[in-house]
Amino acid sequence: MRKLTLAIAVIAPMLGHAASAQDTLKIGYIDPLSGGGASVGEGGLKTFQYLAEELNAKGGILGKKVEIVPLDNKTNPQESLVQAQKAIDAGVHYITQGNGSSVAAALSDFVTKNNTRNPGKEVLYFNYAAVDPSLTNDKCSFWHFRWDASSDIKMEALTNYVKDTPAVKKVYLINQDYSFGQSVRSDARKMLGAKRPDIQIVGDELHPLLKVTDFSPYIAKIKASGADSVITGNWGQDIALLLKAAADAGLKVNWYTYYAGGAGGPTAIKQTGLDHQVFQITEGFANSGNKAAMDYEKAFRAKVGLSLWYPRAVNEMRMFKAAAEKANSIDPVKVAAALEGLKFEVLDGGEGTMRKDDHQFFQPIYISSFGKLTESEPYDEENTGWGWHLVSKVDTPQTIVPTTCKMARP
Amino acid sequence: MLELIVISTLNGVLFGMLLFLLSSGLTVIFSMMGVLNFAHASFYMLGAFFGFQLTKWIGFWPALVLAPLLVGAIGMAVERYGLRNTHKHGHVAELLLTFGLAFAIEEIVSMIWGKSPLDYRVPALLDFPAFTVFSTNYPAYKIFMLVVSVVIFVALLLVLKRTRVGLIVQAALTHPHMVGHLGHNVGRVFMVVFGVGSALAGLAGVIAGPALVTQSDMAASLGPILFVVIVFGGLGSLPGAFVASLVIALVQTFAVALNGSLASAFGPLDPSTGPSVLSDIWNVTIAQVAPIVPYLLLVIILIVRPMGLMGTRES
Amino acid sequence: MTTTTTSTPKLATDPAGDNLRFYGVWLAGILALVVLPLVFSSGGSVTSFSLIGIAIVFALSYNILLGQTGLLSFGHAVHYGLGGFAACHMMNAVVSHGWPIPLPFIPLFGGLGGLVFAVIIGWVMTKRAGTVFAMISLGIGELVASSSLILRSVFGGEAGITTDRTALPKMFGWSFGPQIQVYYLIAFWLVLSAIAMYALTRTPLGRISNAVRDNPERVQFIGYDPHVVRYIAFCFAGFFAGVAGGLAAINFEIANSAYLGAIQSGLVLFSTFIGGTAYFFGPILGAILVTYLQLGLTSVTSVWQLYFGIIFIGIVMFSPGGIAGLVMMHRPLVRAGTLGTVIPAYLVAIVPTLALACGVILSIEIVARFSGGEPINLFGIGFKPQSPVTWITAAVLLVVGGFVARLSWLRVADAWDRAATVARDRGYLA
Repeated sequence: MRKLTLAIAVIAPMLGHAASAQDTLKIGYIDPLSGGGASVGEGGLKTFQYLAEELNAKGGILGKKVEIVPLDNKTNPQESLVQAQKAIDAGVHYITQGNGSSVAAALSDFVTKNNTRNPGKEVLYFNYAAVDPSLTNDKCSFWHFRWDASSDIKMEALTNYVKDTPAVKKVYLINQDYSFGQSVRSDARKMLGAKRPDIQIVGDELHPLLKVTDFSPYIAKIKASGADSVITGNWGQDIALLLKAAADAGLKVNWYTYYAGGAGGPTAIKQTGLDHQVFQITEGFANSGNKAAMDYEKAFRAKVGLSLWYPRAVNEMRMFKAAAEKANSIDPVKVAAALEGLKFEVLDGGEGTMRKDDHQFFQPIYISSFGKLTESEPYDEENTGWGWHLVSKVDTPQTIVPTTCKMARP
Repeated sequence: MLELIVISTLNGVLFGMLLFLLSSGLTVIFSMMGVLNFAHASFYMLGAFFGFQLTKWIGFWPALVLAPLLVGAIGMAVERYGLRNTHKHGHVAELLLTFGLAFAIEEIVSMIWGKSPLDYRVPALLDFPAFTVFSTNYPAYKIFMLVVSVVIFVALLLVLKRTRVGLIVQAALTHPHMVGHLGHNVGRVFMVVFGVGSALAGLAGVIAGPALVTQSDMAASLGPILFVVIVFGGLGSLPGAFVASLVIALVQTFAVALNGSLASAFGPLDPSTGPSVLSDIWNVTIAQVAPIVPYLLLVIILIVRPMGLMGTRES
Repeated sequence: MTTTTTSTPKLATDPAGDNLRFYGVWLAGILALVVLPLVFSSGGSVTSFSLIGIAIVFALSYNILLGQTGLLSFGHAVHYGLGGFAACHMMNAVVSHGWPIPLPFIPLFGGLGGLVFAVIIGWVMTKRAGTVFAMISLGIGELVASSSLILRSVFGGEAGITTDRTALPKMFGWSFGPQIQVYYLIAFWLVLSAIAMYALTRTPLGRISNAVRDNPERVQFIGYDPHVVRYIAFCFAGFFAGVAGGLAAINFEIANSAYLGAIQSGLVLFSTFIGGTAYFFGPILGAILVTYLQLGLTSVTSVWQLYFGIIFIGIVMFSPGGIAGLVMMHRPLVRAGTLGTVIPAYLVAIVPTLALACGVILSIEIVARFSGGEPINLFGIGFKPQSPVTWITAAVLLVVGGFVARLSWLRVADAWDRAATVARDRGYLA
């Protein structure tokens, strides 16, 4: 057996992909590519690879070929730092990551320290999915840019929608017990209280992250509370099992979610039969009605075989190109400066802007519901036959939230 | 109040029976062979995935029989070619072998079926609400799970305590040589026991798959709680595992139903003290900690009564 | 470092030569630590060396439990993590209060963090050994990992606690910003901890721990309480795990709940067992190998976990003594000078074994990459996972390699037996 061990150790480095050209612009993609989070991480990787190919077909960025370097972090913050270091050693100046606010916080801090200690070898961190508000507030960094709407922006958009929806009277909050779930909960309380003081918050639940196998006791509580709407930031099995338990018990409420559309979510909703009772808040979706975006979706699905989970990734890469061209340089410091305050027409239509104060991107936000589709909505999800249907669009000005960021600029 | 108690009790019992279904095989293997099988949850996962695949090909009911048999066969192979050779190196080595196996099985499953959750559905025959209590539906499928658990419990108990086969199996654990001299093939007895235990896990997988999420990380997320059940109930005691499943499920369900925290019992802390360990503990609700209560129970019972609730020996 | 921790009868060597060799091995180890980053000076390798150093301290501390005292723990990362948090809090406190404590002393506080928790929890945990201890450690591990998300003021919730190592008072003019300086700090603590832990195995406590592992009843007969012995060993293990955690906190400048979790506990069990628990240097080999595989394998194959599982199963089944056990098996042959008779058999066996290994790797990668269609690159030869040629190659390698390997290993066993018999006749015991 020892021989096999040795053999593997010897062979391992030889299995690698050999791709390294001088005139490439490498972007380190740090996300889980093995273990529990891998289904999400692999989808993201395919998205970024598609985007890189798209850019390269049009001549790359300032004539340089864009290459995505996949780095597996196993959703572990320490591992992410090791991978980031590895990427930096390999000459990467741009990293992108999305899964896990803990990873994002660690990376942002790491990049900031790296850039102060190694002037001239700066690294920019493009965040496409970690939504913890602290990343653009108390923990904000000049080297971090976020394209996803942070959880308070999404809540701002949702509550602006709820403000004009009188049917919502009794709201139940159920969230995972960690920083993200808590920020969803406290934002919901604060913003609903300010905009719709007549709404009763009939329950406010935190449950441990990814540890609950049976949600029926929680459903019993929701039922007993008489809620008509539930707001939840749950993702992964926590949203799937929650919805399954609700369908089993015959609970009739509307579900306002952040991540019901994540990998496996649509399959779970279809199983429960909750037709147009599950809503999600995103910056874009397949059936948004915008011609350009829907054509893009078609081409993307044909090539990648997945639905476009991350319209924001499209915005990220296109804005990266725009900023590099504006600065006429791929030097991270100059690109960062060019990104600040940059206005940009987003994929699903409408203007977004990268706010200079905290490097948060603001864009139109959509609320959509999942269920049977109409004629004009061609795209289903995960082969369920059901898809997302537009409920409301919240324009950029209605998504602006204040920041406490005191940006330290180099 | 009555509503809450009735519903929580019902939910607790249903969840408890699911837990027992999962842990019965583990406790059988342990009571008969003294092996703490870390790969048990992996066999359960294999059951769910086989169940999914066979349901697609030949329907749920044939799958309900075939998938556990397949998993049982894999279990027997593991015993024959793995554990038997490791036995001479002691229980730690056996345990570590199953530990490595759990790693490998998870990766093999995700290689074949991918990492996303599968669309594994409740069979149409059982897809209706069985009864309604306080306007909450109870699906027929959950009642089916409950019935299967109880049947397995009774059948196992009868086989082990009332039949000759059970006698030989129990004797083989304590006096393998004597049993061997009496003309029984001890190796085969162990192999069959391990196979049956694995098949039970497989059965649990086929049944629990549609009710929970069938995904390649399902073993990792359920594994630890199964150990809590069988250790809490008393290692190797089948009735112990049954009682422990119920106790743990009920405690957890009722904990979720309660909203109390120290702050609500004794009033909030003086806000001027700012955040501290005390304020964290003070403000946490019972519902928030419900899913970690089983681990607390585990630690407490092992300290107070190391053989567990109904166990007869320590290891 | 090659001296066994289980006392084996030693025959026919002069003590002076033994001493020389003993110190020689340690000195060579230290020298290697100093020279390594000068030879492999790229940023990536220095980072890897730092991680390996931390893993070695952690694995050695685990072996105080598993190897020395026979306690199988599924929650050793608790001490590692608490050490990390203690170190982070201490660093932040040093900075905010302006205490004159430079960075190199911080791991000590990490150790204290691990130790304090071990002292508190250890007494009830170590009452029993065996399965009961294993299960309590599993429960405690889960409890601490879960509570770390609830007790936000101490553990910082999901994001954890960050710190800045360069803000501490300087020592020898070193800011500890560059990775290389951190590496030498880790290397220093590695040597210190390794010497301390080795010395521990030589003390009466270390010896009585071995006895507790092997036969607790007899230990009781001679007047020691196995519970107390286990408790003390547990505390030492907790302390050194805390040191490792402190080093990790310095290296990453962050401590979070991932430090405490089941994955970390599983990894240290892996490293220690793969390396071999019976010898002091076993966990060192294991930590090097596992960390290297973890860093290297993940970038070449997405199913590294499967390889981990297979290697682990293989070691448990074919070499329960781990790598160290395999290496030390040859010691009597080397001493008796009969190793030469085995080597030809080994050389013959290597070829089919490599073929078998390639067959296994190829089959796994075919399945893993079948849907994606990424080419497999084995020894510079490209294979397409969808092509039947690849399948046939894999099948041939597996079947023929497996068959011939089996035969050739039987020959190795024969040759080995003969050599060992000769060695035994010459007075060198295995």
